Amino acid sequence: MAMLLPDPFDALASLQQALDAFRASDWLEAGPSGAGAYPPLNVFRKGDDYVIIAEVPGLKKSDLDIQVKDRTIRIAGTKSIDYAENAGLHRRERLAGRFDRAVSIPIEIDADKVKAEYRDGILALYLPRAEHDKPRSIKIA
Amino acid sequence: MAKSQELAVQQKKELAPKEEKTVPARYFVPSTDIYETETALTVIMEVPGVEKKDVSVQLEGDVLRVEGRIDFSKYEGMEPVYAEYNVGHYARAFTLSSKIDRDSISAELDDGVLTLTLKKSKEALPRRIAIR
Repeated sequence: MAMLLPDPFDALASLQQALDAFRASDWLEAGPSGAGAYPPLNVFRKGDDYVIIAEVPGLKKSDLDIQVKDRTIRIAGTKSIDYAENAGLHRRERLAGRFDRAVSIPIEIDADKVKAEYRDGILALYLPRAEHDKPRSIKIA
Repeated sequence: MAKSQELAVQQKKELAPKEEKTVPARYFVPSTDIYETETALTVIMEVPGVEKKDVSVQLEGDVLRVEGRIDFSKYEGMEPVYAEYNVGHYARAFTLSSKIDRDSISAELDDGVLTLTLKKSKEALPRRIAIR
């Protein structure tokens, strides 16, 4: 395909295709506890490190409880939805409730350096790979 | 009641628009609650990842059109290894009744939730008739 200009929309289409391609990946294992499936997670590799991203719209920072132990990450919380008093509901598609999900990732991470960010309903967990787990190049003597 | 309930995963619904976009990217339909009180109609949409500057709310005739665009440049240099959901812009449109006061629609975006408040027009408000 002839490309005259770098097309930002095409970049989105490629990202969407790439995400679809990893739908069947078994990279992430279910953790030993917290069997819930919410929130849905996407995992990306960024250089040596990994980033877990989840969409949790409507949650406050304080509603989220994130724990890391060895290779297991647990994301728990409660989402509540309040309606105004005396309101007549026309449509109700948003869901509320509690969630508790634990996943094990197949790499060793540096649990002390895990960072969490929450903005605009998106939770991002930055997982630095443990120094001793990083691949080393072996020089052939 | 809702507190004790396990939160289920909602698959994101892809938008099936009347007219196609010229670009190949996929859009999604935001989960929406709509409720009505005596004075206003409130529309609440979940648009995670959308920033304030990337929301557009338009009223053309009776049709309220909401679009939220995500900034996917944040995904640059990131290589997916595992995916459970897809990302994309959001779009949804509703046909309003004529009872809405068109000039006083307000919008608020908080933690990925867009709240639109559509005030009812004066003629549509319930009036109390005093009995003499």
